[in-house]
Amino acid sequence: MSELIFERNSLNEASWLPELGEPEEKILSQVPEKFLRKKEAGLPSLSELDVVRHFTRLSQKNFCVDANFYPLGSCTMKYNPKALDSIASMDSFSQIHPYQEESGVQGALKVLYEMQTFLCGITGMDEFTLQPAAGAHGELCGLLMVGAYHRFKKRHKTKVLIPDSAHGTNPATAALCGYEVVQVKTNAKGHVDLEDLKSKLDDSIACLMMTNPNTLGLFEEDILEIAKSVHQVGGLVYYDGANMNALLGVCRPGDMGFDIVHLNLHKTFAVPHGSGGPGSGPVGVKKELIPFLPEPRILKTGDRYTFEASAPQSIGKLRSFYGNFGAIIRSYGYIKALGKEGLKAVSENAILNANYLKAKLSDFFEVPHAGHCMHEFVMSAKKQKARGVKALDIAKRLLDYGVHAPTIYFPLIVEEAMMIEPTETESKTTLDEFIQILRAIDKEITETPNIVLEAPHSTPVSRIDEVTAARQPNLRYRADSSRPATPSFPVPRPEQSANCCEPIKG
Amino acid sequence: MPDTSKLRYAETHEWVSLSGNIATVGISDHAQKEISDVVFVELPKEGRVVKQKESAMVIESVKAAFDIYAPVSGKIIKANQALSGKPDLVNRSPYEEGWLFQIECSDPKQFQSLLSEADYNNVKHHAGH
Repeated sequence: MSELIFERNSLNEASWLPELGEPEEKILSQVPEKFLRKKEAGLPSLSELDVVRHFTRLSQKNFCVDANFYPLGSCTMKYNPKALDSIASMDSFSQIHPYQEESGVQGALKVLYEMQTFLCGITGMDEFTLQPAAGAHGELCGLLMVGAYHRFKKRHKTKVLIPDSAHGTNPATAALCGYEVVQVKTNAKGHVDLEDLKSKLDDSIACLMMTNPNTLGLFEEDILEIAKSVHQVGGLVYYDGANMNALLGVCRPGDMGFDIVHLNLHKTFAVPHGSGGPGSGPVGVKKELIPFLPEPRILKTGDRYTFEASAPQSIGKLRSFYGNFGAIIRSYGYIKALGKEGLKAVSENAILNANYLKAKLSDFFEVPHAGHCMHEFVMSAKKQKARGVKALDIAKRLLDYGVHAPTIYFPLIVEEAMMIEPTETESKTTLDEFIQILRAIDKEITETPNIVLEAPHSTPVSRIDEVTAARQPNLRYRADSSRPATPSFPVPRPEQSANCCEPIKG
Repeated sequence: MPDTSKLRYAETHEWVSLSGNIATVGISDHAQKEISDVVFVELPKEGRVVKQKESAMVIESVKAAFDIYAPVSGKIIKANQALSGKPDLVNRSPYEEGWLFQIECSDPKQFQSLLSEADYNNVKHHAGH
């Protein structure tokens, strides 16, 4: 662990502050007594160079997709082309203000309007809002519209159906919106169990929330029948767009019978979202639901783009101003640059890469659902657990080899689950290295299990107490705390402390 | 394996053994396998009064956090403090050392209405949690 900047005082006074133009007493005399500090502010006293080195060192500890392979995939961080950052930083986008007159930001409104049109085309929906700030916010938007729609139709709906393989945000959103969550089972092939779904359908069903491909990476082949059955009881069908990376230009949720769709621009459309965003979760709807969309909406009349807020059934405003514009610009650039064929190639390559890994890794990992997968697949570390090493240990050991840990223990229905999503941008060389690394770890489990059980060895901190970290996080620095001083010099570099293994990849 | 034939079960996978009007509660072997490695047990406060089917405590595994429901109504008189240091007892010994809490039953008849072991074995793969 490195010291905090507050613990690293090297000068007697803060040399980076400019000289005051007036005597200090004169300035302070203008400030009312009650606002004056009684104690020193506790700011670190460092030179510019010390500050630069401190933050550069911290940034080098960051495990990033620019340096390492991330089998977490689009769900968390696929590679985002750098050109899109340059576009989003252009003055014409970054220097405009949301309070400017519509007439002065016609270009920005055009981008937003066209983006809505692109997303309609990609998903097969009739209209989009770009307001929601992230995926779960999009789900909230969607479920609020479900409620508004049923109230308008004077239907009393109390339940939301959700498959047991779903993302945790789905039941959380449904519960937050006041619905009872009813779980739908997954059958042995890894698909929604149609019989179980039908047995749970009645007039109380407000909607079914699902993702396709599902979280096992499998395409729901019964989707037309599923959507039809839910519609028959007056329910709506909601598409969680977290797995859209598999479908670009291949097929469209709107054609599968989905009524509401949210997309995660920060998963599928090249918006970086490490450390929490900002993301963007646009929501698309079919014609019948357009009146319920949040406002303002962006409309085009002739050549003019305007914000409109006049629909009486709208669920109202969902986000300050108009969503995360900087994120939307990146996705707009991504879609424009790739075009129809390029987007299709994204999904095709994502699917190809996942299937390559699935086939190769099934040599020594159990893969519970046979056949082709979409952009990701779930394997089980059951065989490894029988030798005393869990999915968690393997994930930690991967860090020593310079690979980010994949999602583990999700979906909940697979024992010792390890979810692998390579994404479209990884080369065959990288995929082969990943296979080789997992094979090496599998060998270690038999020959030197402790090296896996005690991993990671080469990261700045080794295995942490995750339960305590989650339940009693120590997030705030106090100058007067009695915490032991951290040894500071020399700060060990991660490479130097990697002494127990010979990583295949540097 | 201890003798579990006299236990009664809730559909939410809790087992109950009754001695006088004191019910001891844990989770079934099937349940501990399903939730996999337990990493934290948030024990109920002793003295708390719970109603049947009300959430009494939380077990956190590597997969997720799970509510544990009171299978019978009454006052929680004791919680298994050993679990705060060794949460994995729930996995290693679900019917003995890994018991969760004891309830002084306000209505011991509720015990009889719970599932027998044979009934539980029939429904456990379909029951929810």
